[in-house]
Amino acid sequence: MADARIQVPPQVRRGENFEVKIAIRHAMETGYRVDEVGKPIKRNVIRELVCKYNGAEALRVDMSSGFAANPLLQFWLVAVGSGEVAFEWVDDAGTRYAERAALTVAG
Amino acid sequence: MNPYRFSPDNAAPASPARRALLAGAALLTAAQSLPALAQLQTNLNELPPLPAMEEFLAGRRVQFARMQLEIPRVADNGNSVPIKLGVLGANAPGAVQSIHLFSEKNPVPRMAVFHFPPAAARFDIESRVRLAGTQRVVAIATLADGTLCVKVAEVLVAIAACLDGS
Repeated sequence: MADARIQVPPQVRRGENFEVKIAIRHAMETGYRVDEVGKPIKRNVIRELVCKYNGAEALRVDMSSGFAANPLLQFWLVAVGSGEVAFEWVDDAGTRYAERAALTVAG
Repeated sequence: MNPYRFSPDNAAPASPARRALLAGAALLTAAQSLPALAQLQTNLNELPPLPAMEEFLAGRRVQFARMQLEIPRVADNGNSVPIKLGVLGANAPGAVQSIHLFSEKNPVPRMAVFHFPPAAARFDIESRVRLAGTQRVVAIATLADGTLCVKVAEVLVAIAACLDGS
């Protein structure tokens, strides 16, 4: 199972705004919970998420435990050309994740 | 013909007394839920005292306009509360630099910061947040000219997230 699902429109016109949705599979462990033997579960939340559209930064989000588990994010980009919408994110454990989606721009 | 057969024709019509009773019951239910809502502070035109937010503002003046913050007034479960952010009248590329989201009660008061690049032209964001109890949530947008647009919303949270035993 992939770490995230990205949704972009099947086709967009050049110059138009289009919506991007990303759903990330991540527990966003707050560090306030304890396991079944009462031991605190270490905090592990996504610290930063970066979206790049054809290599240029399109959105950067500083995240925290204030995001729900399996975070969902919807936002808008301007269509400048066919290519890819790529995401990268890093959590407290230092794990880096990346996921991308192809985009077709008409006109 | 069976006289005990039920049909809508022989069902008793709702009497005025019964109607009054039902209306009274409905009123009572509404009245009982009022105290919970009354606990909500109604003044959403001032900023809650939050050190993390004051640090970000650093004494700068804010205006209570244009910022849009859509969040349910009552959230059943604080573990996942849908939220919508936007800035009214911001359509030009680079009109908004960033949107900060602060929480009054969460252990991490600075919930999120969304940074927009100069090319961004639409600044609507949707996500889901965690809320540790009934509280105010503050969204602050930094516009290109340095103007700070603020919206404060209050959410009644039935089941809080981040139960830390405190």
